[in-house]
Amino acid sequence: MNEQKLYTVTIYSENNIGLLNRISAIFQRRHINVESINISTSEIENVSKWTIMVWLTEERMKKIIGQIDKQVEVIKAFYHPEDETIYQESCLFKIKSDLLFEERQIQNIIKESSARIVTVNRDFFVIEKSGRKDEIDLLHRELSVFGVMQFTRSGRIAVTKDEMKISTMLKALQH
Amino acid sequence: MKEVQTLENNIAVLNQTERISGSEAIIKCLLAEGVEILYGYPGGAIMPVYDELYKYQDKIHHVLTRHEQCAAHAAQGYARISGKVGVAIATSGPGATNLITGIADAQIDSTPLVCITGQVGSHLLGSDAFQETDIVGISTPVTKWNHQITKASEIPEVLAKAFYIAKSGRPGPVLIDITKDAQFEQFDFQYKKCTSVRSYKPVPDTDEKTINAAADLINNAKKPFIIWGQGIILGQAENILKSVIEKTGIPAAWTILGASAIPTSHPLNVGMVGMHGNYAPNVLTNECDVLIAIGMRFDDRVTGNLQTYAKQAKIIHFEIDPAEVDKNVKTDVAVLGDAKQSLTKLLPLLFNNSHPEWVQKFKDLYKIEYEEVIKNDLHPTKEGLTMGEVLKEINQQTKGNAAIVSDVGQHQMIACRYANFNITKSNITSGGLGTMGFALPAAIGAKMAAPERDVIAIIGDGGYQMTIQELGTIFQQRVPVKIVVLNNEFLGMVRQWQQLFFERRYASTEMVNPDFVAIAKGYQIEAQKVTKREDLATAVKEMMQCDGPYFLEVLVEKEDNVFPMIPTGASVSDIRLG
Ligand SMILES: Cc1ncc(C[n+]2csc(CCOP(=O)(O)OP(=O)(O)O)c2C)c(N)n1
Repeated sequence: MNEQKLYTVTIYSENNIGLLNRISAIFQRRHINVESINISTSEIENVSKWTIMVWLTEERMKKIIGQIDKQVEVIKAFYHPEDETIYQESCLFKIKSDLLFEERQIQNIIKESSARIVTVNRDFFVIEKSGRKDEIDLLHRELSVFGVMQFTRSGRIAVTKDEMKISTMLKALQH
Repeated sequence: MKEVQTLENNIAVLNQTERISGSEAIIKCLLAEGVEILYGYPGGAIMPVYDELYKYQDKIHHVLTRHEQCAAHAAQGYARISGKVGVAIATSGPGATNLITGIADAQIDSTPLVCITGQVGSHLLGSDAFQETDIVGISTPVTKWNHQITKASEIPEVLAKAFYIAKSGRPGPVLIDITKDAQFEQFDFQYKKCTSVRSYKPVPDTDEKTINAAADLINNAKKPFIIWGQGIILGQAENILKSVIEKTGIPAAWTILGASAIPTSHPLNVGMVGMHGNYAPNVLTNECDVLIAIGMRFDDRVTGNLQTYAKQAKIIHFEIDPAEVDKNVKTDVAVLGDAKQSLTKLLPLLFNNSHPEWVQKFKDLYKIEYEEVIKNDLHPTKEGLTMGEVLKEINQQTKGNAAIVSDVGQHQMIACRYANFNITKSNITSGGLGTMGFALPAAIGAKMAAPERDVIAIIGDGGYQMTIQELGTIFQQRVPVKIVVLNNEFLGMVRQWQQLFFERRYASTEMVNPDFVAIAKGYQIEAQKVTKREDLATAVKEMMQCDGPYFLEVLVEKEDNVFPMIPTGASVSDIRLG
């Protein structure tokens, strides 16, 4: 209960200006640093889905979920430990094109990690990889040896193994 | 006060569609919500609305306060005494930021407010235009909900939603920011009240099983103890709480915001919990076997050290806000839902009972508190006047029927400890935020909402000077509030801490005060100053008999301390009597 874990916070909300500010204030006020945040459309029309990654004890996590859930424009908030979600992150590497031909090893790394070459031109090439965090970390480490011009990684997106009872809930709300 | 419109009348008028400006629509929305009085201050970005207020002045009464903070506090006082939504209005920029203290106060004390601010034209948003400020961003952490309107057509729906959200569930402040072009824009107006918002569940469902579990615990308890909070008042659950207390014979204490929900004189009312609460309920919190918390949130000023708070007891928490459950104190049974409904279901499951030995313990500890503290506060033998004896005099003359609006500091604790209350919603004070300067404007709002009641503001010489300019509002509006300043020539509560915890280093707490009586008289408010015990009773009498507003300054002992006291971080049962 008192040990920190990486939790996936999933929020279903209205798509309104200002809610991002309201949600981030909940974390900021309690001096909590968020690992990543992603907001997109969800499986339900006109409902946004947020995926926020955060390190917390379960006790604190529960309280924060309560604070999020009580915001007027939040339909429902959930939290899950890593093993209850299926998730992906995605990343981009920009690398000097010379290296692709000079360093054979790079081609092997790309192949073995099942990364994808997005574009190649005379100066640089860009590879993309989606996967779990450790896979991306590994690829990052391996490529860093040769020099990376730019690297970026997306926030995590996740679905839960269990059903989200949100659609039934929404029907009940629409009286 | 102006002609009173009935809600039905107002809504009937509004049922047709008509082409009007956004600013006129704002007034029509307020009328449809039954608003009769609002508090505010004009300025550039809200001028179209003020122009409509001018045209509608026979239907809606705008009170010009002398500072926007006080417009918010006045709206709070109005809401707290009436249970209705208070409305405050201000211009953009400094007008809007001046509201923030009042909004933050309303947020932490769950007071329903709708605040309307003007904003620069929508084409100027984000350009650092004159008096532009991101008030939606600034107010986000201190509002239950907020929204910016940039088109007139949004006004009816958003304002309807604002009133619904402010008032329903756990109440709170809502801020609506309206750009100037939206105020000018013409549109087809029609009003519909808001009755639900899809993403918002004001009252959580109550699980019957939790009510049964609560009843079981209560019926089997040997030393049960109730602590109620403002949830009883907000949920209009005073009568049902009284029935629960009387049927079960359970001693019951209150948090500062719960005061007045059950009359002070009730034999099972055992006083206030918390830092300067009564001795018995604090000590016995750590001795009860079942603690029944109703509509309260275990604030740190109530619990002291959480590690040693009621560890021996099973804890039942009746609560409307699920985020409050297990937030500070781990509960054994949480009954979610509206207090009135939950207690109504609980009552028939409870046994008729009494706990004479347990209740006797409260009486015994009261005797100790009386000897050590209360006697000296109320019947002092030393020369200087005490704050307590002023409250005692007010109690005697008002028979406990007045509404007491207190500011923040020693006088607040004394007022809440000693004021007698017969009527609910009679203790209006800034609990959660502890905002000095609250009382004078809040008393204005309270008196205007309940003109038939005596409203007495109890204020320190420090807090009085934070919003003293509201004497101007009292003067202009002829609001017959009674103002009592308990002058100890110190920021007393801070001085007390300096004495107890900082070895009497009185850094910047001594006050050199002006002639308060002369200032009041400058506003043509009748005023007097009492420095001797023998003059107190007549002065209070004169104040209560005065038809208009009245200012009474009482010079009290400079270095008195408020006891009992739970020092910060100490356990409730380690409360000190001196
Ligand atoms: C706006 C604000 N500033 C500062 C404080 C801190 N504070 C709490 S009590 C107090 C002293 C109040 O003095 P006074 O109004 O004279 O009342 P007394 O304690 O003497 O009765 C102060 C400065 C506060 N609560 N609110």
